[in-house]
Amino acid sequence: MSDYTLLIQMMNGVQYGLLLFLIASGLTLIFGIMGVINIAHGSFYMVGAYLAWSLTGLTGGFWSALALGVVLSIILGVILEWIFIRFLYDKNHLQQVLLTYGLILIFSELRSILWGDDVHSVAIPSILEGTFQLTESLSYPFYRLWLSLVCIAIAGLMYFLISHTRLGMMVRAGESNREMTVALGINIGFIYRFVFALGVSLAAFAGMIASPVSSVFPGMGNQVLIVSFVVVVIGGLGSIKGALLAAILVGLLDTFGKVVQFDLLGMNIFPSLSGMSIFLLMAIILIVRPQGIFGASTK
Amino acid sequence: MSRSLNKCLIPVLVLSLLLVPFLFDRFYIQFISKILVMIIFASSLNLLVGYTGLVSLGHAAFFGFSGYVLALLSNPDGPSNFFLSLTICIVATGCLGLIIGALVLRTRGIFFIMATLAFGEMLFYLLHDTDFAGGSDGMYLDHRPSFQILDYWQLDLSSVTQFYYVALVMMAISLFLIRTMLSSPYGRVINGIRINEHRTTALGYNTYLFKLVNFTVAAMIASLAGFLAAAQFGVVNPEMVGWHLSGHVLMMVIFGGLGTLLGPILGAASMMFLEEIFQVITKHWQLMTGIVIVGVALFMPRGLAGIRFPSSVDKQTNKENHSS
Repeated sequence: MSDYTLLIQMMNGVQYGLLLFLIASGLTLIFGIMGVINIAHGSFYMVGAYLAWSLTGLTGGFWSALALGVVLSIILGVILEWIFIRFLYDKNHLQQVLLTYGLILIFSELRSILWGDDVHSVAIPSILEGTFQLTESLSYPFYRLWLSLVCIAIAGLMYFLISHTRLGMMVRAGESNREMTVALGINIGFIYRFVFALGVSLAAFAGMIASPVSSVFPGMGNQVLIVSFVVVVIGGLGSIKGALLAAILVGLLDTFGKVVQFDLLGMNIFPSLSGMSIFLLMAIILIVRPQGIFGASTK
Repeated sequence: MSRSLNKCLIPVLVLSLLLVPFLFDRFYIQFISKILVMIIFASSLNLLVGYTGLVSLGHAAFFGFSGYVLALLSNPDGPSNFFLSLTICIVATGCLGLIIGALVLRTRGIFFIMATLAFGEMLFYLLHDTDFAGGSDGMYLDHRPSFQILDYWQLDLSSVTQFYYVALVMMAISLFLIRTMLSSPYGRVINGIRINEHRTTALGYNTYLFKLVNFTVAAMIASLAGFLAAAQFGVVNPEMVGWHLSGHVLMMVIFGGLGTLLGPILGAASMMFLEEIFQVITKHWQLMTGIVIVGVALFMPRGLAGIRFPSSVDKQTNKENHSS
């Protein structure tokens, strides 16, 4: 493997990892602050990608689709929290898993009714077409680089929001002591609704910006859900910093697992075992440090 | 009152189950056999979720693993011995359960859910991405396992009637086994772990060991269901170990009623009947299944058994406390 191929794979891995971070950060926020396990989170990613596809067709442009899609996904998040999720706060994990599992089925069928079961693709917007020529035969697309930069910008924005604004302060207060926060006159219901809508829109946004590089297909939500859970568990539940680190680690591991050749007993085991590798990492982390890399403590 | 009701209800139920092959046609016998297999599977998960309080989202790993072991055992020359292959399946899955259990039981709560999910998915990708067991297409069994009584009669699992009776007997054995286990002193420790693990530890029990034994037993009972599922249609595929099946069976257990012997029976049967009806009504039947699941989660967390007999959980624990 030449240096440039290595560089490209590394950038692909980081880009995949950053995308995972957008999804996993919502998941980890919803768990850390609201105490809800939301296994329907992958559905929002899928909804985002389908929104990007259908809105690009309706509005005629990727950027307008993106803007409209974000607004719609925030509305979706608020409505879902109001109808379903707010009843889960005082319930046990089992009921949360059950309800959100039901939501997965509902979303996947609604998607099938609204948009059909076909695989679609979204065109890369014209400004971001084109590639960097690295060598004669190797190049890196602008769009992927833009995607990584957007993810980094969002990560920075989230850090600012959580640790340097009044709203973020209320969110952190709600996380560490719910009763005390309520006693101080902060509307915790609003905070929860905000956090849930933020999580939904982050996952949907990830689906939207990912749609031009990966195709839009029915099972995309489930695939990404499991990987995001791996990220959240490795990073530590409720830790955004942990989610970022774990997401990039998982992204790199997954990408390199697919390209590295590794022979064992005459069998080339690596490409076929790349799907397993991240779960292996998660199993090791859970055994060595059950609370995750940045997790506070096991509850 | 419910005691006398039970007394006449059970013989009627047993009799009608025995008569199923004479009353229905092929399709329904096959369908009811599928329900029996799911009852075994759901009961084994109930042992973990309902009685011990361990929520596993990777229980299908054991179900599917057992099916794959059976498929790998089958050879083109002729049927393998029923009892021998069943024993191998159960022992192999028990070993897998022991290894996975020893690791995942180090974690608690949500981490336990995630850890079981991770191991289930690991097995899924191993079977899905490598070729030794047919990859994403799965495998066909060359012959279904069989046994012979002298020279008169040979078991033929491809006959729906014969399979039905085998499944019925297996279900009866597993339910009897679970009941016996739970009413023994061992069962009381398991109950104690669910209610208050710290206190059970303080009483001098090694709760980790008890949980590990229970996890392994649950895996072995699930392997019985997986063995039957593979033998029924003669085919295995990676979806048998996937987390969707784990989620589905978890739902059956909760739908029926956690921590009751009756729960998984009601849950598996009613859920499969409902889905069958939904599939007739609409192509988008999973939408209706989803709505039912959400409704159950919001309005009846104690499941069907909780509705019919409001105090069945307490009654059972009380009964166990009074016996011996």
